[in-house]
Amino acid sequence: MTQTIVPPAYVTQTEEQYDKGFDPHVARRLFAYARPYTGRLVAAMFLMLGASAAAVAGPYFVKIAIDSGLTAGDYNVLRYTILAYLAAAVIQWICTYYRVNIMSWVGQAVIYDLRRDLFEHLQELSLGFYSRYSVGRVITRVINDVEVLRDFLTWAVLAITRDIFTLILIVIVMLSMDFRLALITFSVLPFMVLATFVFRRYSRAAYRQVRAAISWVNSVLAENVNGVRVVQAFSRQKRNYENFANFVNRYHLERSIQAARLASFFSPVVDVLGAIATMLVIWLGGTAVLGNTITAGVLVAFVLYIDRFFEPIRDLSRRFDALQSTMAGGERILALLDTEIEVRDAQNAPDLPSVSGDVRFEAVSFHYEDDPALVLDHIDLHIRAGETVALVGETGAGKTTIVKLLGRFHDPTAGRVCVDGFDLRAVTQRSLRKQMGMVLQDPFLFYGSVKENILFGRLNASGQEVIAAAQAVGAHEFIMGLKNGYETSVEEGGVMLSVGQRQLISFARALLADPRILILDEATSSVDTQTEQVIQRALATLLKGRTSFVIAHRLSTITSSDRIVVVDGGKIIEQGTHDELLAKQGMYYELYKTGFQE
Amino acid sequence: MNHLIRLQRFMRPYLAQIGANLFVLLAVTGLGLIVPLILQNVIDDGLLHGDIAYLGRAALMLLGLGLITALLNLAELYLSAWTAARIGYDIRNALYNRIQDLPFTFHDHTQTGQLISRCIEDVRSIQSFAGDSFIQLVQLLFMAVGAIGILVSLNPTLAVISLLPLIPMLMMTTDFGERITRLFYKVDLMLGNLSSRLQENVTGVQVVRAFAREPYEVGRFDQINKQYFDARIQVMNEWSKVMPTTTLLVTLGTILILLFGGQMVLQGKMTVGEVVAFNAYMLMLAAPVQQVAWLVNGMGEAEAGAQRVLEILEHEPEIQSPADAIQLPALRGQVTFDHASLRYADEKSAALKDIDLVVEPNQLVALIGQTGSGKTSLINLIPRFYDVSDGAVLVDGLDVRSLELDSLRRQIGIVLQTSLLFSDSIKANLAYGRPDASDEEIVAAAKAAQAHEFIEGFTEKYETMVGERGVTLSGGQRQRVAIARALLMNPRILILDDSTSSVDTQTEKLIQEALDRLMEGRTTFVIAHRLATVRRADLILVMENGRIVQRGKHAELLAQGGLYKEIHDLQLSLNTAFEDDNEEAAEAENTEPATDHSLT
Repeated sequence: MTQTIVPPAYVTQTEEQYDKGFDPHVARRLFAYARPYTGRLVAAMFLMLGASAAAVAGPYFVKIAIDSGLTAGDYNVLRYTILAYLAAAVIQWICTYYRVNIMSWVGQAVIYDLRRDLFEHLQELSLGFYSRYSVGRVITRVINDVEVLRDFLTWAVLAITRDIFTLILIVIVMLSMDFRLALITFSVLPFMVLATFVFRRYSRAAYRQVRAAISWVNSVLAENVNGVRVVQAFSRQKRNYENFANFVNRYHLERSIQAARLASFFSPVVDVLGAIATMLVIWLGGTAVLGNTITAGVLVAFVLYIDRFFEPIRDLSRRFDALQSTMAGGERILALLDTEIEVRDAQNAPDLPSVSGDVRFEAVSFHYEDDPALVLDHIDLHIRAGETVALVGETGAGKTTIVKLLGRFHDPTAGRVCVDGFDLRAVTQRSLRKQMGMVLQDPFLFYGSVKENILFGRLNASGQEVIAAAQAVGAHEFIMGLKNGYETSVEEGGVMLSVGQRQLISFARALLADPRILILDEATSSVDTQTEQVIQRALATLLKGRTSFVIAHRLSTITSSDRIVVVDGGKIIEQGTHDELLAKQGMYYELYKTGFQE
Repeated sequence: MNHLIRLQRFMRPYLAQIGANLFVLLAVTGLGLIVPLILQNVIDDGLLHGDIAYLGRAALMLLGLGLITALLNLAELYLSAWTAARIGYDIRNALYNRIQDLPFTFHDHTQTGQLISRCIEDVRSIQSFAGDSFIQLVQLLFMAVGAIGILVSLNPTLAVISLLPLIPMLMMTTDFGERITRLFYKVDLMLGNLSSRLQENVTGVQVVRAFAREPYEVGRFDQINKQYFDARIQVMNEWSKVMPTTTLLVTLGTILILLFGGQMVLQGKMTVGEVVAFNAYMLMLAAPVQQVAWLVNGMGEAEAGAQRVLEILEHEPEIQSPADAIQLPALRGQVTFDHASLRYADEKSAALKDIDLVVEPNQLVALIGQTGSGKTSLINLIPRFYDVSDGAVLVDGLDVRSLELDSLRRQIGIVLQTSLLFSDSIKANLAYGRPDASDEEIVAAAKAAQAHEFIEGFTEKYETMVGERGVTLSGGQRQRVAIARALLMNPRILILDDSTSSVDTQTEKLIQEALDRLMEGRTTFVIAHRLATVRRADLILVMENGRIVQRGKHAELLAQGGLYKEIHDLQLSLNTAFEDDNEEAAEAENTEPATDHSLT
């Protein structure tokens, strides 16, 4: 551990964020999650009181059994007190059983609620968020950070309430026994409080680093598992392992040990303060006994109580360490929940009624928040219902941005996008996208069966409809050739299917959705000729009778479209039919000459 | 316990620390026993004899003891956390190592989320047991044995009677341990599923949004979230039954002491004082006994984690270098398929059937055929991503299964259909297969792959980060980086999935040129979609249903008729965008600028 590991900026970035604007309400906000379960918590509290009472009563019965039973030689008293003792033990069992049950149920319920909220929030976050946050880091927050919180809720909350309860009882006993000695004992407590504050500061920072390190481990793991085929193809295992062991995993190790070092200094503070208190009591109390102001019995009892007094404090101090770790995780959970949703439905936005598919871009400009360069510059475009538009232009010309604005994945920075005259910002996103279908270049399939993947287009479709859609795009044949036909699992990311097959399934999915407006980011010649033919036919089926925006690469798709829109540098350079544009001898003509020509 | 024992090799390097930790724990316990002695002296000597000097000394002694205890506690906390962290680190490394080595067949059927979950959460439960709970368990055993020893020495008869409740307790705890392990296994599985669901949702976020399927996704996540909740509740139910029961059984011990001890007192066989003392020692036993349930709980969790970790660690990669592996010398580039067949696990029919083929060095082989006809399966056999189920694949006459894997794969360059890059600088991505490549070599490869120009366009040029928090490359740019990456390997055998998806026509042209350059002077296998490539090939393989149905050169095959002619005619009629029949003409026109003289 000689050199210092410097993790990439994104790992440490989150820390800086918290250092700047530390939110002291983390605990309070997390507590809010327990509010729906107040009733149960109160019940659990009573059960705890019941169990404690029974636990305290037990020794009392033993005392009676010995004093009145054994010493007095009365076997009956002995029998009855033993029965009472047994009853107390059973009551304690019942109370503890239900208390643990209720408390753990509440703890799990809180975790369940928290994860649900996180996931729902993730469903609303803009695509921009996902280009900044890798899968691994999102997983860290929703899974691992929440697990830390769960651990704490399940065990520590119970223990802390018990400790505090015990502490209060002992303080009362000590005060009633001898006021002065009690005060002497408590005199060390301010130092405890001070130590707590110092510890909290350093420890919280250390645990933030631990959480960040886990996040790093996770994102490296996720990326390498996902790219394991490339790793093996390039024989990178050894080097990747070295990187993981010497940097990523090592960073996590070092940060964990650093946090542990702080924790191991904190807890013994209680031991030292306990020893000082005992010393003071014996010395000052002892002289008081000799001065005949208190009895020796009181002093002895008191010294024994000091131990019991510091026991819950010692336990609390260990819990306090766990609390720091939990809060560091809690901050990250809340930070994710607080991540702003960039594209929001307007308040009381109505649903978009059934549309015919008339699309207008009115003086639309767009740039990303962190970059003032215009990606789209004053786009004016009117597409009539049912028209097929081919968007043509070089990489980075702005084709994708145009369709993203139409799907309202971003809002224009100027101008507006309308469907059937409705400004997209004035209607709910869901009602818009329900009438819109999208086929992406990389056809993404989910873990599940072929059928489930097609059904993703319309959940309530019947089995026949699924088959009909697959037949219409020419996918039925190969699907029937799979091991279990439509029930065959495609595995994660659809790895069991070829890229061409995945494309066909994504077509079937879009067809089943039967959208009014279709956006198609055409994948190009990545398939064999026969599949290509099938795909072209499928495309014709898919595009028929709806407004379609196609980011086109195939000449056949381009020429058969109703209108070609040539985009360059965020502007529409020219538009028209294939023949019109060729006659114009403009940019399209150039593109055609160099690229499309047969 | 079975699985944890199999993981004990991870504890072995830290036996010294674990031993020291145990010693410290016992020392703390021992010191705790001294305190009452001092107190006794305080009363007897200090208070009763009025010895004020003794009081002072006793006070100081207690302070000293407190300080030593504090130091020991510090050591104990640090040691256990340190050991746990180290063990976790080692296990995680081992997992990572193994995951990387497991073959495609494994990864085809394994969800990412499950793997990640094992590396983080399962390792966490193992390390906290191995570093901490394990030692406490040993300490408790010591204490329990000590307490039982004292009880027996005080009164053997009463000891046997009062310890009777320990028998059901032992049985209950063992049973609890087994049940809780199974339940924890389910918990871990559900947590892995939860990770997987989330991972997929995030990866497929665009599709989810595009189809407005958020409520559906929330529902699916909720289902697993609920299953996880239920699994956890089952664990807690077990725990809530066992935990108070241990207390009850200890109480039963006291009751038995009172009943039988009481009888003995009444019979004059024991004094009251003896019964009280006996009970006090019985209570000493209560604390460790109650801790045991807690520790067994942790052990069950660790055991379940160990089982899941071992499922990976003990999964021997089906494909690895044999013990007597041959280091593949510099290849000439001959590739032979000797009646090779391939059947994927649990597939209905073989993906490749009896492939017999000899490819001479520097030949260009084009594979054509329908999706699912076996093209990808065939090329996957050369770098040994899968093993043949029958027959053999040989390079330069050597069976690939006899070779050291790295030495084989290092001489093969692959451009896959989807160009996956890693979150690192462009430079590091280019040098992925050859981290030792010089800057000149990297730039040369980038130039050859037509990637240099756009890379230079970034502010940080070759140091530009891609992926997470970096720039997002377009499909075409990614593809060119992937080509340059393969080119830098300077492979003797090149495998190309000739896909040029996701690019505009200009870029497409650039990429094709890059690819053409890449193929020169190497044995090349291309899953070809362009007639231009196919036509130029030295050998065309037409595949159907896992067999090579036609082979030969373009002219021969065309003359033969059959599937090749069908595909060829189809292709012509399809009028596809990227069908550059007139490539020669285009080259004559010289529409592309000569490459990169201006850029160094």
